[in-house]
Amino acid sequence: MLAIDGSNPSIKSFLKTLSPVDQVGAEARAAMLGTRSIKTSSKLWAIETSISMIDLTTLEGADTPGKVQAICTKAVRPDPGDPTVPHVGAVCVYNDMVSIAREHLDKNGGKEIPVAAVSTAFPSGRASLEVKIHDTQDAIAHGATEIDMVIDRGAFLAGDLSKVFTEIVCIKEICGDQAHLKVILETGELVTYDNVRRASFLAMAAGADFIKTSTGKVSPAATPPVVLVMLEAVRDYYAMTGKRIGVKPAGGIRTTKDAIKQLVLVNETAGPEWLTPELFRIGASALLNDLLMQRMKIKSGNYSGRNYVTLD
Amino acid sequence: MTNPFEYSLAPESTSIVKIESHYNLYIDGKFQASKGGKKFVTVNPATEKVLAEISQATPADVDKAVKAASEAYRKVWSKLSGAERGKYLFRIARILQERAREFAVLETMDNGKPIRETRDVDIPLAAAHFFYHAGWADKLDYAGLGESPKAHGVVGQIIPWNFPLLMLSWKIAPALATGNTVVLKPAETTPLTALLFAQVCEQAGLPKGVVNIITGDGSTGAALVNHPGVAKIAFTGSTEVGKLIARSVAGSKKALTLELGGKGANIIFEDAPIDETVEGIINGIYFNQGHVCCAGSRLLIQENIKEEVLDKLKRRMAMIRLGDPLDKNTDLGAINSAAQLAKIHELADSGDSEGAERWSAPCKLPEKGFWFPPTFFTGVSQAHRIAREEIFGPVLSVITFRTPSEAIEKANNTPFGLSAGIWSDKGSRILWSAKELKAGVIWANTFNKFDPASPFGGYKESGWGREGGRHGLAAYLKGEHS
Repeated sequence: MLAIDGSNPSIKSFLKTLSPVDQVGAEARAAMLGTRSIKTSSKLWAIETSISMIDLTTLEGADTPGKVQAICTKAVRPDPGDPTVPHVGAVCVYNDMVSIAREHLDKNGGKEIPVAAVSTAFPSGRASLEVKIHDTQDAIAHGATEIDMVIDRGAFLAGDLSKVFTEIVCIKEICGDQAHLKVILETGELVTYDNVRRASFLAMAAGADFIKTSTGKVSPAATPPVVLVMLEAVRDYYAMTGKRIGVKPAGGIRTTKDAIKQLVLVNETAGPEWLTPELFRIGASALLNDLLMQRMKIKSGNYSGRNYVTLD
Repeated sequence: MTNPFEYSLAPESTSIVKIESHYNLYIDGKFQASKGGKKFVTVNPATEKVLAEISQATPADVDKAVKAASEAYRKVWSKLSGAERGKYLFRIARILQERAREFAVLETMDNGKPIRETRDVDIPLAAAHFFYHAGWADKLDYAGLGESPKAHGVVGQIIPWNFPLLMLSWKIAPALATGNTVVLKPAETTPLTALLFAQVCEQAGLPKGVVNIITGDGSTGAALVNHPGVAKIAFTGSTEVGKLIARSVAGSKKALTLELGGKGANIIFEDAPIDETVEGIINGIYFNQGHVCCAGSRLLIQENIKEEVLDKLKRRMAMIRLGDPLDKNTDLGAINSAAQLAKIHELADSGDSEGAERWSAPCKLPEKGFWFPPTFFTGVSQAHRIAREEIFGPVLSVITFRTPSEAIEKANNTPFGLSAGIWSDKGSRILWSAKELKAGVIWANTFNKFDPASPFGGYKESGWGREGGRHGLAAYLKGEHS
């Protein structure tokens, strides 16, 4: 395994063994993969797979029980007129909405849909470890089976990698076998691809089940080159350890075209093994309706328009 | 596992191109039949289907074309101001952009290269060369070649089959911008976009005789090179033919530029960004099926990272999509001709017999057409033929080195000197290597990037003179230095 004992020197010396990332090259590769032309049956497959990978998200100060219940209903049956549409991957809400979401999903045929809670003082992560631990325990107690935690970007940028590492280890311990841990890097604040690659490995070594690009509160978020670099990281981590870690881009993926580009990145970088909701999720809200509209178009040959998908 | 995400077919429609059954020669502003010349055919290398019948220009046809160019030079073209010449070039550039899809599809059909490359590289760059040189046409006094540099007159240009329209634009754009008139011979296997370009000249209202396109094989080329009315020869092609041309031109007053073969070293230092380097290796040797004179065909890897790089390279090569060049998702197209395929086989087989180890990506080759899988050889030493001779196909020779100075020594140990690549995260090492390498083009952390403003050309047996940029203008002008 990886020779990391959690101390700053051991983490630093491990991260130094990673190959650097060339910005121009990474962006060129992502742009090239963006030119793949996905048609007909492949497109239909990609749309349905994308739907099943969505973490349908609402993370607003104005979230109410009504709003959360509405997205839960949508999560179970994205297209009320077509039961063959798969349900989404998960519902992602703030901590205090977890029980409302869980209850509503259970009552409406969505027992198998997990509820993900953003935790650890999301989105900034600026709180003590005690608060973060409590936040996570609280979410799990209310029925969250997926925890989306944020890393301490301040500590990462200040070089206190041990702090970042230890926090992830702690939260992972609390998750135990009750919850899946997604670690949000907030790549828009890490800025360089070298940082993204290092933070990805740091999170994986500390026990992340998923690495996630962004909170959705900082722009830029899940840009194709960032996702490319993270997919390369999980691929390389698998080669080193034999363990497959998931990737979750979140923020800025709004259209079917964006989603399909993400799947192409997965397919040609980490490989087809990652083309499953167990290893790839897309954090999104508006994306779902665009996927549904494009799916209707393929099925019927016509664009039905915005009023044929539900606004929730 | 079977991949659930095999992309469906995404073929580009060919309805936009209209291919005639027979093409005449474009001389003096009109398509005219050859005087007693034979016919030959051009085929689609991906399907082996005949696309059209082409005229073989005879020495009499060449003479007619040179006379037309000479008359156009004397009566019209040399009398125009630079600004007026520039207008024609701008017009041609815009028409190329407007008809880009038509050119891209036709080029892919005639050459076998993927539509993604013709669409995203060949045709946009061809238009860019006309735009770039259009801007120079009225500023030649400031090109650093002395006051009022003069055109040569009629230039004879012979271009290869690997980038047909792009090589045409590298030749014709600077020639016209500097006030020369042109007789151009496209390659025997890829004449169609040059013949379509003749239509663009008509559409642009270019005065008759300024551009003449004559088709044919090596004998047509020889007649053009030896014609006394030609003041300058510009050739892109093999070193072998380049030497023949240099011999025939020697002792005459003809100016000559040659852009010939290469055996580019792509040097991977231990601190390279590995994932992007792997992309650079792919782009260096599998771009355009390896039919690139400046291809990075010798991979020099620092020995301590060889396994890691080759593992990633193999994985990446297995993702290369080989097949129908018209499919928008195809990465590697068809080998341009049966003859070229035979040459690639011959050299690759020599690699086997001389003891190198072959690895090819596990891709299925189509039954019809000319194909070669992306391949590399390990265990290659400097003494192997595949380390010395230009293969001009998707075949990479992997050589290791221990120290930076050994890398440079091996990179320079070739009769060629066209291109080289350096992969390192260390700026000082990049600058030092670039200073030591004897190659005309050196890329750092990238490969096969072209721009009309950047001069291109080789050292040693890779050629004479430069094309593109300010340096490229010198080849078409008689300044105070020439």
